[in-house]
Amino acid sequence: MSRLRAVLLGAVGIVLLGVLWEAYKAFGPATGFELAGVQLLPRTSDLAMPHLLDMLNRALAPANTGQDSQPVWLAVVLACLSSLGTAAVGLAVGTIVGVGFALLMLRFRLAEAAVLPWLILSQTVPLIALAPLIVSWGGRIQIGDFSWERWMSVAVIASYLAFFPVAVGALRGFQSPQVAHEELMHSYAAGWWKTLAYLRLPASVPYLISALRLGAASAIIGTVVAEVSTGAKGGIGRLIIEYAQSGSSDPAKAFSPIAGAVLMGLFAAGIVAIVALTLGRFRRNEVAA
Amino acid sequence: MSAVEVSGVTKTFATRSGLVTALDDISLTIEKGEFVSLIGPSGCGKSTLLRLVADLDTPTSGSIEVFGKTARQARLDQSYGIVFQSAGLLPWRSVTANIELPLALHGVAKPARRARVTELIELVGLTEFANSYPEQLSGGMQQRVAIARALAERPELILMDEPFGALDEMTRERMQQELVRICAETGAAVIFVTHSIPEAVFLSDRVVVMSPRPGRIRDVVSITLGDARGEALREEATFFAGVTAVREALHGAPVSTGSTSKGAARGVDSR
Repeated sequence: MSRLRAVLLGAVGIVLLGVLWEAYKAFGPATGFELAGVQLLPRTSDLAMPHLLDMLNRALAPANTGQDSQPVWLAVVLACLSSLGTAAVGLAVGTIVGVGFALLMLRFRLAEAAVLPWLILSQTVPLIALAPLIVSWGGRIQIGDFSWERWMSVAVIASYLAFFPVAVGALRGFQSPQVAHEELMHSYAAGWWKTLAYLRLPASVPYLISALRLGAASAIIGTVVAEVSTGAKGGIGRLIIEYAQSGSSDPAKAFSPIAGAVLMGLFAAGIVAIVALTLGRFRRNEVAA
Repeated sequence: MSAVEVSGVTKTFATRSGLVTALDDISLTIEKGEFVSLIGPSGCGKSTLLRLVADLDTPTSGSIEVFGKTARQARLDQSYGIVFQSAGLLPWRSVTANIELPLALHGVAKPARRARVTELIELVGLTEFANSYPEQLSGGMQQRVAIARALAERPELILMDEPFGALDEMTRERMQQELVRICAETGAAVIFVTHSIPEAVFLSDRVVVMSPRPGRIRDVVSITLGDARGEALREEATFFAGVTAVREALHGAPVSTGSTSKGAARGVDSR
């Protein structure tokens, strides 16, 4: 019942957004609204705000004028899959690094005091500043047949964003068991690793799932932004830029990859939710993200 | 060799308002198979004493031997099983898996583990609930699981820190009855911390009466009710005599009936 309600409310929200868009386009001021030279409300022209139906039609039409051009939606889906792959690698690396940091901070109290502020600081460095650095460092890596590729830089940047929520969430989870449980393990003469395996790790599952949800979203944002700023080909980030550049002549086209990026985020959240379902017995004391 | 030998143990804690002496020169011997209760008002150090025997904390001075070993070695050897006031079951483990936990941690092979757990579940009367999860059980049932878990490795010493403190009176009396039976079947020595005089008398061979600030042993009351302790015992004169003896030891003087009990103000509740 409550699930049906949630689905309905979600659908109503999306429809409402569409209605608002069309309503503003129909009734808003054609030239927008300016105050002292600052544009406060957007223009309602087809160039600035295409009709939803036009966007949909454009998505179904071929991307280019060429003979055997793919339809826009297919190009978007393929780009999304490519980006998802990169983001998944980024999330995997970020999860390993994040859990590693959490274990380090759990094991050595000093490390928590020494490392945590740096982790927080690391997240304030703008991605755009980081991207060229990582690309240029990666470009110098050449080991035998292996050479660093552009998508790997993108994955590294995605992992840079994704590891943070995982590290913080995992640490909180590892520290979550009650004192009574820790004393019980102590009375069993269980060492640090056994206590981790039998108590801390299972107790941290609810925290880890919240952390992964945030991490997945971060990995996707990181991927899209990194694709734009490194100029990596084949991903949705690149497609967003490419289609936006044809904006003046083909305004409806630019919205397809944006919708694609949104759906990609939902897809990733869905995957995490499915993983969470299989871990039900560890989530009897669910915590909010 | 006795089960537990506490000699001249003092324990102080550093708090913001200075040093607090939780235990002051405690000496106590517990024989094998003996059931000993520690009773006294809050702050008398009875739980602290239990924690020292369990090596969850270390004495400031004095020594503790458990089966002739240091408390630490006894813990490493798993010479005791422990039950806390909160059952402390792991919520993601079923009843079976919770009881199995110490065995799994110490590398007992799966078939042996299963056989032992089946025995224990039967001992505490939870066979139908073997695959339930802790949240599906009542407080009394959870505490039975905790007792079964403490017995898993056949310890000759069981430490219990107010295990029935959170249960209602009826459940509590039933659990006491069960504990008498379980102790008879296992023959283990028990140190049992409690607030309740009738509980201490019903279960114990000896009741150690403690007083607070600093924590000292005020008196040790021997209870001679024999081994066959059934529900009927609670109505008998010998039982009441035991209760009176412990109460007088707690209050430090004979309590005349109907007095305005000055001692009650010392925080002795008989939940």
